[in-house]
Amino acid sequence: MPTINEKISEEIRAQAKKLLAEGTVAAVIGYASGSLPMTVKPLVVRRPEDCGKLLWNTFCVLNLANFLPEVLKSVEPPRGPRDPKPEGPLPKVAIMATGCWSRNIVVQIQEHQVERERVVVMGVGSRGMVSRRKVEALFAGREILAVEELDHDLIVRGSGFEEKINRWSVVRDNCQTCTHPDPLLVDVRIGEPVSDRKNPNPFKQVDELEAKSAAERWGWFTSEFATCIRCYACRNACPLCYCPTCFVDDAKPQWVGKSLDATDTGLFHVMRAYHCAGRCTDCGACESVCPMGINMRLLTKKLNKDVLNLYGIEAGMQPDSPLPLTTYKINDPQKFIVTEAGAGKEGE
Amino acid sequence: MKVFKISQAELDNMVALWSQSRKVYRPAVGRQQQAQPDYGPGWRKAEGASPLTVPIGPAAGSVKTFLFPQPETMMTYSLKTGDPDRGLMKEPAKLTESQVVVGLRPCDARSVLLNNLPFREDPFYQANLERTVFVGFTCDESLSTCFCEQMGGSPLDSDGLDIAFSRAENGYLAEILTPKGEELMAGLNLAPAANSDITALADRRKERPGKDTAILNTMQGKDLNKLYEAPLWQPLGDSCINCGACTFICPTCYCFDIQDEVVKGSGRRIRYWDSCMFPLYSLHTTGHNPRGRKLQRTRNRFMHKLKYFPERFGPFSCVGCGRCVQDCPVNIDIREVMADLLTVE
Amino acid sequence: MISYLPYPVRIDDITVETEDGNLKSFKLVFENEQQKKAWRHVPGQFAMLSLAGQGEIPIGIASSPTEDGHLLFTVNRAGKVTTALHQMKTGERMGVRGPLGNGFPLATDMKGKNIVIIAGGFAVTTLRATLIYLLEHRADYGKITFIYGARTPGMLLYQNELKQWAARGDLDLHVTIDREAPGWDGLVGFVPTIAGQVAPSPENSVALICGPPIMIKFTMPPLEKIGWTDDQVYLSLENRMKCGEGVCCHCNVGPTLVCKDGPVFTRTQVRQLPVEY
Repeated sequence: MPTINEKISEEIRAQAKKLLAEGTVAAVIGYASGSLPMTVKPLVVRRPEDCGKLLWNTFCVLNLANFLPEVLKSVEPPRGPRDPKPEGPLPKVAIMATGCWSRNIVVQIQEHQVERERVVVMGVGSRGMVSRRKVEALFAGREILAVEELDHDLIVRGSGFEEKINRWSVVRDNCQTCTHPDPLLVDVRIGEPVSDRKNPNPFKQVDELEAKSAAERWGWFTSEFATCIRCYACRNACPLCYCPTCFVDDAKPQWVGKSLDATDTGLFHVMRAYHCAGRCTDCGACESVCPMGINMRLLTKKLNKDVLNLYGIEAGMQPDSPLPLTTYKINDPQKFIVTEAGAGKEGE
Repeated sequence: MKVFKISQAELDNMVALWSQSRKVYRPAVGRQQQAQPDYGPGWRKAEGASPLTVPIGPAAGSVKTFLFPQPETMMTYSLKTGDPDRGLMKEPAKLTESQVVVGLRPCDARSVLLNNLPFREDPFYQANLERTVFVGFTCDESLSTCFCEQMGGSPLDSDGLDIAFSRAENGYLAEILTPKGEELMAGLNLAPAANSDITALADRRKERPGKDTAILNTMQGKDLNKLYEAPLWQPLGDSCINCGACTFICPTCYCFDIQDEVVKGSGRRIRYWDSCMFPLYSLHTTGHNPRGRKLQRTRNRFMHKLKYFPERFGPFSCVGCGRCVQDCPVNIDIREVMADLLTVE
Repeated sequence: MISYLPYPVRIDDITVETEDGNLKSFKLVFENEQQKKAWRHVPGQFAMLSLAGQGEIPIGIASSPTEDGHLLFTVNRAGKVTTALHQMKTGERMGVRGPLGNGFPLATDMKGKNIVIIAGGFAVTTLRATLIYLLEHRADYGKITFIYGARTPGMLLYQNELKQWAARGDLDLHVTIDREAPGWDGLVGFVPTIAGQVAPSPENSVALICGPPIMIKFTMPPLEKIGWTDDQVYLSLENRMKCGEGVCCHCNVGPTLVCKDGPVFTRTQVRQLPVEY
């Protein structure tokens, strides 16, 4: 009896092959198997005969929307930087997308990084992706050599051990608190739709942090980010971070120091989070890819909460309305303005 | 060479004793210890009496942090108005304070030797090398991501170490390999190892000869331009997100950038780890970038480790520690890249 | 052992070279007499110009070792450090680290040969050093041909020296600008065209070409047509550099490090490298 994800994988392969063979798309962005347990490789398939490599499982933690603008560019006929856009429609690209990834594609469309008509969204309802770190933490000190995925459990094997663990217990925090697991855009439906999840408080982790004193919060911040090695995996895994030159890399002027000074590292993370305000879909890619296991996702989650409270907007959920922080309304809340007297009050 | 038989309790006492007069570091477990001004994440001060155990496989942080610190002050200067020395660069005092790194594995010890090839004439690396004593532990067990033997190393090797600890019945054998190692052990009242223990270790080394040069020889026989143009780079360029995770956790990635930092009129010129994965790494001021595409940057890192470095210096610039294999966000596995390169005709 | 410490120097003189003001030449004198005496370079080498608080940049040395007592650097204002340098004044302190790289093999492989120098735009700097060196050792070389082009007359560097060189009888000088300009009665045409017209036979000759990549690309066919081969042609590569000592890896082109193995390469050498420059 194939598992849900095995059936989804089969469907993905068939649909991708069809789209490529018909010439509907020039490339498909998906996942292939990884070389270690609980890893997968992002894969761009350009030929129907390579579609057999595509798969879907519970470890697809990287947001594929991150690859979309570049793959779209790669399938265009080559042209110089000043050459005009060729006549007629440009080749399309198909991409696997869950709820949050599809919302990122919406944001990319809203921000003119991606043209809607060039994207074929192969929508999959997400059942939540597993955190490799959580699984590894359960088996601390014992190397995991294989993980078999069942619909509701994982079978973890190593040298001299085999244990069954509940899948949901090791699903990433962002997935556990996700309320929109089903894709918002769907051109080709893969598997069964997943209904919205009721979550009494998706911002529980943020609330807990906010409840702490300023000193405790500062303690959390300094200790959480102290191990940052400035590899920028969080930034580079993020589909929102597409600036040609990031502010941390800018040399003229240089905004941020380049070493591991705590002020510089902290500034990078805070500024990156602010750049994502109103745009982040809490896909969790930043946290999943961090080699040091830093929980930088809480910063963007906090801003997601603020944007929802201030503007009533969740990123990527309203394709037709403008992004909250790139538009101005006369009645926009201004509580964030800090004066000498302290934080401003509503209506001031 | 002196060889001692050492119990766990004696080892812990030694580490405690060394800590009284020198800085002593040991691998940190998990997120136990954070980056400190004088060393990077993955290590902790050995002070405190907890028994020294070395996790299987390499420590979380590579040992390059002690020889090629992130960042490192190259010179200092004043920019204060009226200062007659304004703008005059001065070298910082040469670091001489002894430090001991306990618990590194043979792969990391080998990385020190490999990095010493490009840094042979580098005053800062040499000063750090001179003041650091390496007390390593050979590997009885490996992780599935370990591949030191393919890269020319061996899990039971002691190259690059001053003292090598190896498992023995009820404790360890400590081989004192260098004058620095002897100095560290001076005055300790320890039992010499029995001949049977020494023979047993030698026999284990024979069983696992390692140091495979066949792969290196095959790679050196390959045409550089054919490897460069091979189709295998396309999927890697597609999936790589060009972060610097692999380069920063790698013990043998040694690129650096140089920057000036000025705070309140006091300036310093520092060098810090850079990554050829970053577009800025090769960007000209004109805007031209010789490696402007992701594929080109990904290719450069692997070509440097597996082809360019061997062309210049002989060995691969990789010790097979497997850190990048474990931590690459998109599971680019250097073992697979190498296998693919070896098939290029 | 490498020393990354720059020598302290003072700016002795600043010349605005071009009409757009973007190129200035800085004449530098050593603060320390011993360092001045110890400095030895060959044309084609470069040095790191160091500005405390700003950083370092690799710049070709425009002065010849035969010009005693000072160093000359002609710098285009482009990035952070060059912009700061352009704001500096005579008498101010900065630093020089070097000389770095290999330079042209003038005293070895090129001795006794006819020399053709082809320069475009502000890449002429190290070729100025070369020409002055050659003229100082005139008897050691055969025919010397110097072809130099810029967009407009006002973009030509070293104009006073160009006049002096034109007056000499022992050198074949061809200065050209891209398009006709009022008051210009010299050559008009792109460097590759002029080179095709005036280049001598390749027999016992070497060519030193520095300029924008497009110029180098189009200069080669006319030379090849009259029999020049790749190993007679010397080019100078540029890549982003940091240490200048072959350690930091920034300037690598394949296994080659431009700062240490270059910046001067024969065209034969360049063609064996991946196109990463």
